[in-house]
Amino acid sequence: MRHALDTLWQNAPLLLDGLWATLGVAAAATFFSILGGVALGMARVSCKNALMQAAARAWLEVFRVIPVLVWLFVFFFAVPSALNLDLSGTFVAILVFSLWGASEMSDIVRGALTAIPRAQYDAGRALGMSAVQLQWRVILPQAARRMLPGAVNLVTRIIKTTSLVVIVGVVDVIKRGQQIIERTQEPFIIYAFILLLFFALCHPLSLLSRRLEKRFNKT
Amino acid sequence: MTGIDFEFIANHLPHYGKALLLTLALGIGGIAGSMIVGLPGALLLHFRVPVLRNAVAAYVGFSRNTPLLAQLFFLYFGLPAIGIRWSGFTCALVGLTFLGGGYMIEALRSGIESVGRPQIESALSLGFSRAQITRRIVLPQALASATPALAANCIFLLKETSVVGIIAVADLMHLTQDLIGLYYKTTESLILLVTAYVIVIVPVSWLFSRLEKVIRHAEFG
Repeated sequence: MRHALDTLWQNAPLLLDGLWATLGVAAAATFFSILGGVALGMARVSCKNALMQAAARAWLEVFRVIPVLVWLFVFFFAVPSALNLDLSGTFVAILVFSLWGASEMSDIVRGALTAIPRAQYDAGRALGMSAVQLQWRVILPQAARRMLPGAVNLVTRIIKTTSLVVIVGVVDVIKRGQQIIERTQEPFIIYAFILLLFFALCHPLSLLSRRLEKRFNKT
Repeated sequence: MTGIDFEFIANHLPHYGKALLLTLALGIGGIAGSMIVGLPGALLLHFRVPVLRNAVAAYVGFSRNTPLLAQLFFLYFGLPAIGIRWSGFTCALVGLTFLGGGYMIEALRSGIESVGRPQIESALSLGFSRAQITRRIVLPQALASATPALAANCIFLLKETSVVGIIAVADLMHLTQDLIGLYYKTTESLILLVTAYVIVIVPVSWLFSRLEKVIRHAEFG
């Protein structure tokens, strides 16, 4: 045990380096998920075009139904060979997690927007606000509060999903762990530590999400 | 893009059939295991059993805040180092149950909490025992109101089965990785893979959304 802890101590910087790569992918995916999700969610609520509605639903369902890992495969193997492109694992991972995250986020946004009473829209219009003003000044600020718990929860899901990048050759925290284990033959302590790292990242966010939800339910 | 090799698809269809069955078995096993863990866990939280309740809360936090892939690597590669060895399939089942158990406990707990205090108090005043109240009043309603969350968890677990292929369980993902490695028939293998998941998950999610509507209808009707 003593030896295992020494190994861990010596290799911790390497693991943290891998964690940094994991976080980079997760942060980029979170950014695009929120951006895409808000746009898609607003489009789903306000766009009356049946064709657009169907397209948005199709996106949502397709990314919901088929596991992210499968998408990672499709974009890593099939898309480059079909289009003759060379895509890096990191790029593919960010792309796939963003597409998936945006579809999840759009549902959170849609839920928050539809929960806003009609009277708010009517009052805004009665005051002579344009559609953009109405969204920006009245609807979105209120909807944002409702979105927050779900969005924070989505961030934890994105971080957990990012563990899959090891499959497309990104040197993340798990890959670093595997390299260390190959050298040191200490799989128990290394994998336990990786679990703890993910827990340390996601647990505070989960608590935050729950607190936000409680606070919101009170008011 | 070169044409799709339908002969390859036809030749490997039986393999996908087998892998599909294995994935389904894993998914169903994982869901069953999670429910078996979930119900007692939720009851321990509900009854505020000292010590055990804290253990359950810690377990829920840990299983929900770590990725399945890391859990599986720990189970499959980490535990043998301290003398616990198991096959890939067992490991996958244990991993899915460990993960799903935490989600099921949460879903059931909020279902149980949704049953109003007055109902329990009325039952007490009618002379029901604690066990009777739980079995006849709380649980039936808790299960009904938890159904959407439970259904979402089932679909989530079915999708998570894709991850177990990485620890050498011959499921759909693993088979596809093998076929791509052996024949470079990437497009064909992936078409089969995506189709297989659609075949499993679309009917299940349709079924659950029907189920939810039926239950909701009963609620208001």
